Amino acid sequence: MMAENYQLVEKQPGRPLAMHPQKFALWLFIVTVMMIFAAMTSAHIVRQADGNWLEYEMPQMLIVSTVIIVVSSIFLHWGYISAKRDNLGNLKIAMTLSVITGLAFFGTQYTAWGQLVDAGVYFVGNPAGSFMYVITGLHGLHLVSGVIYLIYILISSLRYKVHSKNMLNMEMCTTYWHFLGGLWIYLYIFLLLNH
Amino acid sequence: MATAEAHIDSHDHHDHEHHKGNFITNYIFCTDHKVIAKQFLITGIFWAVIGGAFSAIFRMQLGFPDADLGWLEPLLGKWITPEGKLDPEFYLALVTMHGTIMVFFVLTAGLSGTFSNFLIPLQIGARDMASGFMNMLSYWFFFLSSVIMFISLLIETGPASGGWVVYPPLSALPQAMQGSGLGMTLWLVAMVFFIVSSLLGGINYITTIINLRTKGMSMWKLPLTIWAFFLTAIIGVLSFPVLFAAALLLVFDRSFGTSFYLSEIYIQGEALPNVGGSPILYQHLFWFLGHPEVYIVLLPALGITSEIISTNSRKPIFGYKAMVISMLGITVLSFIVWAHHMFVSGLNPFLGSIFMFLTLIIAIPSAVKVFNYLTTLWRGNIVFTPAMLFSIGLVSVFISGGVTGIALGNSAIDIQLHDTYFVVAHFHLVMGSASFFGMVAGVYHWFPKMFGRMMDAKLGYVHFWITFVGVYLVFFPMHYIGIAGFPRRYYSFTNFDAFSGFTDLNAFISTAAAITFVAQFIFLFNFIYSIFRGKKAPANPWRSNTLEWTTPRNPGHGNWPGEIPAVYRWPYDYSKPGAKEDFIPQTVPFSQTMESNLPHENDEIALEKEIEEMVVDETGEHLEHGHGAH
Repeated sequence: MMAENYQLVEKQPGRPLAMHPQKFALWLFIVTVMMIFAAMTSAHIVRQADGNWLEYEMPQMLIVSTVIIVVSSIFLHWGYISAKRDNLGNLKIAMTLSVITGLAFFGTQYTAWGQLVDAGVYFVGNPAGSFMYVITGLHGLHLVSGVIYLIYILISSLRYKVHSKNMLNMEMCTTYWHFLGGLWIYLYIFLLLNH
Repeated sequence: MATAEAHIDSHDHHDHEHHKGNFITNYIFCTDHKVIAKQFLITGIFWAVIGGAFSAIFRMQLGFPDADLGWLEPLLGKWITPEGKLDPEFYLALVTMHGTIMVFFVLTAGLSGTFSNFLIPLQIGARDMASGFMNMLSYWFFFLSSVIMFISLLIETGPASGGWVVYPPLSALPQAMQGSGLGMTLWLVAMVFFIVSSLLGGINYITTIINLRTKGMSMWKLPLTIWAFFLTAIIGVLSFPVLFAAALLLVFDRSFGTSFYLSEIYIQGEALPNVGGSPILYQHLFWFLGHPEVYIVLLPALGITSEIISTNSRKPIFGYKAMVISMLGITVLSFIVWAHHMFVSGLNPFLGSIFMFLTLIIAIPSAVKVFNYLTTLWRGNIVFTPAMLFSIGLVSVFISGGVTGIALGNSAIDIQLHDTYFVVAHFHLVMGSASFFGMVAGVYHWFPKMFGRMMDAKLGYVHFWITFVGVYLVFFPMHYIGIAGFPRRYYSFTNFDAFSGFTDLNAFISTAAAITFVAQFIFLFNFIYSIFRGKKAPANPWRSNTLEWTTPRNPGHGNWPGEIPAVYRWPYDYSKPGAKEDFIPQTVPFSQTMESNLPHENDEIALEKEIEEMVVDETGEHLEHGHGAH
């Protein structure tokens, strides 16, 4: 009954939004990660306002972590620009460096946890310390996924699969990694002001 | 299902989109959104039977406390005491699991999972979801979550028992009650997988609606179902991560000894080491999800209702934009009213007033929606299909449940009525029954598209009238019990003199509940029977405008043989003055309906050329077939 009403057209529909669906989905995923940390940091604030809060020194190592993750983001961005310009030699160097700095971040975070333990701040005990571990730990867990993504891009770039004609994964990885770096800076400043 | 699916290949010669696969790739690990939708639906129905049976069992305890329940022993084993009574701890497990199952597994996964998956690609004109693989993962995470939750029903210490909200400290201390042990652990693990499933689904729904609409399908031409699913998915993506955070901290408290929610607790005279936590913190985190969850459950039902009421009134939906804007309003407001669940938690009364004010504002968009349903029905040529009856039923229970919401939203009244049966009555009408009606209406309405066959209408009418009357008989009297002050979740009414006067009323409610529950098997029979033996459905059984009815009777993977149709008009051109038929599908350009065009629509004819010229590559697409449906 409806077939007569069909409007026959030669070409296929246009995508109403220019953004690639996978990229868009990545941004939505980033929103969910933001909501988890929004929940954690608000819980931190609400709990802190209740009093009975352990005051402790922020581990010095966290400054190093912060610098490392910023540097890692810069390396990755260098890689991104190199890929866009088809400078594949630089891309490989940049990807290797960002993977190394990404892994180094785990090292400094782990050392920071050690410094916390030395200062007598434990996971089990006053919620002040517990929050510190949960927030940094949860960020670390997301960073694991980020580093895996970086390694994936590194391998693809060694196989010459990342170049100006094939940027989707590179762009998504850059977005995600910059987000995780930005998230850390937010968390660091938050903890610095509220610990 | 197998016979129905096999049918396509013999019947539809143009179905080159349908890739033949084996049973496993076609029905189990399938990336086709329609199959995934059916998987969600059937799993949801499975859970609905269990959740409903639980309520029937605990209603028996409440209505007939002296009855001998020994006959349930083969089913419940040691949960029936030697005296033939229901074990009190198991009673608590039953109410907890009834809530958990109904809210999450039936009305979130079963409703959103089914209809978002099924209708989004079909109604916006897409081949499938943005990521079919993620969509498949979404179902299988839900399945995993279901399996874990189901196992928790069978373990020796019983499932979680601290209420579906699992407030600490009850839920945080394994020694607090039997159900707080392994049952609670499994509950949390199952919910983590459930959250993953919801997020995968939600991200996919939003991306698909934003990115994959067919040409001409602007946001303002979307059917209201799609708007509802879209906003539901946004709510889910924003609120489920917060539940995840709450659950994570609870896991740490339970298993690692932290004190996020625990402070200064004595158990059997002995102090626990936990100091410095706050159980109220959990309530804040939980209700930041918990309240939006109400709308995750409700909005899809409202969207389905809009579509069905407009189609079966043969009238355009009244106030399309007002409908969208009120849903948007509900979406925004749903995030800033959570503390109205916490008026008795020692909340600052000033803060309470703010949350009260915001809560009462929700009455406005809700009332707009109700008004628009009624004005759509007003003087329409109403076709009373079973789906239409359930949609009208939804409007009815939404009104009667919503009115008490205005009362409960006031902190002064809420403090009196908090945790009484008044609250139970309120949310079972406005959220539980309304969403359930929407879900059932959706099944009746889209069954022909899902399975290519019709459900039996007469059985549908019987199902509707028993359910509709039954729901009121169950929940209306509960208001009185609640006003009298009887608290929810209590094992027995008869232990207190003040409430023994309600024994008859409770017996009445329980009887009505049992009848209503049994009546659902009419639906179940109708559903299963019609899948295999139902009358074959015509292409457009309800004479509806939306795109899904332009697909073949049993659409293959890819939905449309040949090109996806373009869209020229909104979905609600019913009974348009001057038109030949009383409906004009969205695929009919204005240039073909000169007799019924409004002046501003004549201007849009010039734009049709543009719509037709839109290009985008859809790789792997064949163009040799001109015609869509047969």
